[in-house]
Amino acid sequence: MKPREISVTVNAKRYRSEVPPRLTLVDYLREVLGLIGTHTGCEHGVCGACSVIFDGQPIRSCLMFAIQADGHEVETVEGLAEADGGLSPLQDAFWETHALQCGYCTPGMLMATHALLRSNPDPTVDEIKEAIGGNLCRCTGYQQIVEAVRLAAKRMRGAHPEAGKDTIDE
Amino acid sequence: MKAAAFDYIRASDIAEVCQALNDGGPDCKIIAGGQTLVPMMAMRLARPSIIVDINAVEELQGIGGDESSLVIKACTRQAAAERSPEVRAKAPLLAKALRFVGHPQTRNRGTVGGSIANADPVAEIPLVALTLDAGLVAESAGGAKNIDISGFFHGLMETSLAPDECLTEVHLPVWNGGGVIGTGFQEVSIRAGDFAIVAAAVQLVVDESGVCRRAAVALGGVAPTPLRIEATAEALLSSDLDAETVGEAAHLAANEIDPGGDVHASAEYRRRCARVMVERAIIEARDEALRRAANP
Amino acid sequence: MSSEAPDSPRFRYVSRKRRTKEDRRFIAGEGRFVADIGLPGMKHVALVTSPHPAARIDAIRTEEALKIEGVVAVITGEELAQATNPLMSGLNLPDVRRFPLAVDRARYAGEWVAAVVADSRYIAEDGAELVEVDYDPLPFVVDAEEAMAEDAPAVHPAHGTNVLYRRKFVYGAVEEDFAAADHRLAFRACWGRNSTVPIETFGVVAKWHPGTGTLDVWASIQMPKYPEQIARALRLDANCVRVHYDVDVGGSYGVKRGIKHTVLVGYLARKLGCPVRLIEDRLENMTGGDAHGPERIFDVEAAFNGDGEIRSLRLRALDNVGAYAGRAPLQLAKPIGAIVGPYRIKSVEYEAISVTTNKTPQEAVRGFGQSPTNFAIETAVDKIARTLDRDRVEIRKRNFIRKDEFPYTIPSGSEYDSGDYHTVQDKVLDLADFPALIARRDALRAEGKLAGIGIASCLEPSGGNAAFEPLFNPANETTTWMESCVTKIDLAGTVTSIMATASAGQGHETLVATVTGEELERDPDGIRVVRSDSLASLPSNSPVASRMAIMLGGAASGAAKILKRKLIDIAAHNLQLPADRLVYEGGNVAVRDDPGRSLAWDELVEIAHRKYHQMPLGMEPGLQASYVWEVPKGGELPDAAGRVRMYPCYSFEAHIPLVEIDRQTGQVKILEYFIGHDCGTMINPDIVHGMIYGGIAHGIGAALYEIFAYNDDGQLLTGTFMDYLLPSVHEIPDIKMVDHSTPSPLTSMGQKGTGEGGYLGAPAAVASAVNDALAPLGLELNALPMRPGDIEALLRTKSE
Repeated sequence: MKPREISVTVNAKRYRSEVPPRLTLVDYLREVLGLIGTHTGCEHGVCGACSVIFDGQPIRSCLMFAIQADGHEVETVEGLAEADGGLSPLQDAFWETHALQCGYCTPGMLMATHALLRSNPDPTVDEIKEAIGGNLCRCTGYQQIVEAVRLAAKRMRGAHPEAGKDTIDE
Repeated sequence: MKAAAFDYIRASDIAEVCQALNDGGPDCKIIAGGQTLVPMMAMRLARPSIIVDINAVEELQGIGGDESSLVIKACTRQAAAERSPEVRAKAPLLAKALRFVGHPQTRNRGTVGGSIANADPVAEIPLVALTLDAGLVAESAGGAKNIDISGFFHGLMETSLAPDECLTEVHLPVWNGGGVIGTGFQEVSIRAGDFAIVAAAVQLVVDESGVCRRAAVALGGVAPTPLRIEATAEALLSSDLDAETVGEAAHLAANEIDPGGDVHASAEYRRRCARVMVERAIIEARDEALRRAANP
Repeated sequence: MSSEAPDSPRFRYVSRKRRTKEDRRFIAGEGRFVADIGLPGMKHVALVTSPHPAARIDAIRTEEALKIEGVVAVITGEELAQATNPLMSGLNLPDVRRFPLAVDRARYAGEWVAAVVADSRYIAEDGAELVEVDYDPLPFVVDAEEAMAEDAPAVHPAHGTNVLYRRKFVYGAVEEDFAAADHRLAFRACWGRNSTVPIETFGVVAKWHPGTGTLDVWASIQMPKYPEQIARALRLDANCVRVHYDVDVGGSYGVKRGIKHTVLVGYLARKLGCPVRLIEDRLENMTGGDAHGPERIFDVEAAFNGDGEIRSLRLRALDNVGAYAGRAPLQLAKPIGAIVGPYRIKSVEYEAISVTTNKTPQEAVRGFGQSPTNFAIETAVDKIARTLDRDRVEIRKRNFIRKDEFPYTIPSGSEYDSGDYHTVQDKVLDLADFPALIARRDALRAEGKLAGIGIASCLEPSGGNAAFEPLFNPANETTTWMESCVTKIDLAGTVTSIMATASAGQGHETLVATVTGEELERDPDGIRVVRSDSLASLPSNSPVASRMAIMLGGAASGAAKILKRKLIDIAAHNLQLPADRLVYEGGNVAVRDDPGRSLAWDELVEIAHRKYHQMPLGMEPGLQASYVWEVPKGGELPDAAGRVRMYPCYSFEAHIPLVEIDRQTGQVKILEYFIGHDCGTMINPDIVHGMIYGGIAHGIGAALYEIFAYNDDGQLLTGTFMDYLLPSVHEIPDIKMVDHSTPSPLTSMGQKGTGEGGYLGAPAAVASAVNDALAPLGLELNALPMRPGDIEALLRTKSE
């Protein structure tokens, strides 16, 4: 089928591209836009490695076609950094707690938990687990990931003192 | 795992959807959330020549209705339904079941109507729709029609929808009067968030003296379609839902079904789990009703 | 959990909590995996696979596929086999030949039959659908015991039998010990076919440069001697293949060994004159990726006394390796290096049988065969305790090797370096508050629930050597198993180390920087670690065998020590004092008795790089050193009885989970998980703990969820992530851990391996817990994975 023009906003930057209808969103991000931080793990919607934020909500980018994103907004791991280019508190907490090993599932984990913390600055452990329940990690056993999200939440609340109380001992 | 080539139409209203389906012929397929269709296409088990994207159709989004019925437009996200106070108030069974549907990322994309039209026998939403005797509305170029859900599920991922029809609304009757409602949703799956091996949905009304005045029971994963278990529901009526009655009613459910086996569960395991899930769902519903009756 | 090893005061950087070097790039989305390698003009490969478990290939028609716009080429097994040498096997099996694409005959469902090359992966898949293959289905066999039958269909008719390897090893006076023991028991235990299943599939990109005659390879690889094997198969000189080790590997745990993928892609790149990429999709990965793990039937006999002393074991291990041998049969050999576990068992008989069937071939999996064997041994110990009505912990402690007995030589010839099993066991019992844990289990039981506590120990043989190769294949006399590191201090005084292998999440850059920093007393944060390529670097045997902390750590120590010595010698020359009157501190060298007289790091570097006139006579200019280290205690061939000294170092773990089983559905829920571990000195505690958490999660998968299941038609039923069930966060409990450190006397800083232990112990521990829960009903289950339907069916036998 002949390529169609789409316009997608990714990490606040607008891109115009020609895509064949069958190109998945993850292949578009990686192969067309060169945003290779988003990974594919299963291409059938189970592993969560390709998680991105679409119109504010985490989704699996292997289960959408790029053409469906025409006119929409996507956030990827490349957009997580702070305005000054430094790490976000969530990224920093992942580093601090060594919440990754091979790093392959990490962008998906970050996007899933970034969305969580945006809507819920003080998540319980169960809420963290629910948020990453569809993101498979083979390296870590998830323990240090849950710890990272708790740490990030605590630090982010600390930066905005009105946002809640501490729930983790560092 | 790349889909075969297809053409793409983004519809902006229901009329456009119907027109596209009408023009596209039988190889034309609607994409809503795509959480089942896209993997099937990636494995090339599905290869529509045209997909009609209904995600931009505003008429297909939203939750409304009145005292007697909750209306969920077909392309409403599962996550939106999960968060909806209206769903919790009017269709608590659906609210309960939604927590078992996939994961946050899939619920953010997956739709209520899409799941019903997809008719996976182990999916939670079609099971709830059947339990509550949902009314469905479908439209085609020829107009809208109402579909009784009792005749909707035809077989494994097959429904009475014609290729040119688009499911547009799901009407869930609100149970009013006669007492207090209790709901139960139980499933056995190997991992959390997986499709169920067996799922049971129960909704009851218990009157002020603790007697069951109304009951609906259905099972998923025990046949090519979700199944209503009338014998069990009838056995509960007019009883005070004592353990013995509940046990016998659940036993009836196991006798009503003829499940198949697969790599995850044998037919016998499914049958026995069906009894257990029905029993637990009835108890969950009963206890919830009694609790609510005690603390109105 | 204590975050520092007890011996940490010895160290400045080692054993301290420190952020890793690698994580920074991954959290920014800046990892560079093989699928991120994009080259101009690159073409993409999709595979045509056999739908039959066994079939003659009568004809392959490619015309229709070639008509598609964008399809560049289609190649078949016949073409590839003519142009390449067969892939290497771990055993001496000249009649079990293997090529990347099937030749004349397909031997398992999913085997690659032809490859389609196109402008995109999408188009390649379109092409693959149009390749027509005429198959003539043949009889097949998927069950290992059936495959051993006289009249079984032959997987490799030229080989004459489906048995690829069979040998019975007798270590010590087994007959006598059995005869003299008070009790004997026998049982069968089955280990289901699972694997490591990384989230990244295997992938490779190759580019041929005609001008230089080199093949550049980027791959998601974890494999010893990978460049040499590719070159040999492609009939190239080994120095024509350049493997780039700076590709991040998205998980491996053993299986990322895509030799066949690389030979195919290397051949295509050369033939087509363009870069070629093959990234397995998940379906290809699960079937034709040839990366399943061991599938074993154990028949076990144990001889023991009434006082709990375990006297002897007989183990018969029948392994179903699938359709080709590869290195998989050697996974029956490695367990010989710890064949008595952590116990003082005086004699063992071990029969290893490797059988080929029409299933997907195996690859190396975390622990290289040790986890199934540990499951069999630990199951035996539990059964001994139950037979004697003794406590399972007590039986273990009764038989543990005592800390004053190290080094301890086991009957099969390996020498355990060090350990303190009793202390680690006691520490984890304390961590779990064991009496309270028992009370909790019993309270659950009193409520009518099925609850059980698991007890399991495991050894993690680490450091690696090749001793199992000559043991199973006398034609192979490999005893060298080395690792290297190059370190340099540049003119500006910054330190760079070069390692010669890729990493798959094990933190090798952190390892090398920490160790180098420790030796040179320089902040590891400022030390850069480069992963080189195979032509530019010294030998490596890759991160297999839990060996890198030991071997790469040892090599990094060695190189840094040379540099430190050189800095001291330069200072001695310039201060005109003998080196033994100087002290090295933080990179500066001072006179011991006169600290005011010193030469700073920058001054020493300046001399080495720019002031040859101030260098000791004849000293090499600059500051660079390489160190190649042979595995400690390596270098010996097996004796005639099959006694052999295998891995040098032995880590230890003691696991204690608490589980509850749903009586009606058979579902297992892990309520608690405690672990005590001892891997000697921890270089980086966060990395060690992460490996253990992850290993336990992997082991929980093997115990409860994961199986490559086949039906009677020889078809894989669990070839997607919807059916092959990796544990999610919901299935993994909060794991509580206690550290202990018994340094190894054989390694540079007392370190031992730690990448495998969680997976080696968790399956046995979870199985032990399930069986403890079932024991009050008089039931037991000794087959993994223990899926809900299996447990429920067993429970029902009691209720009827």
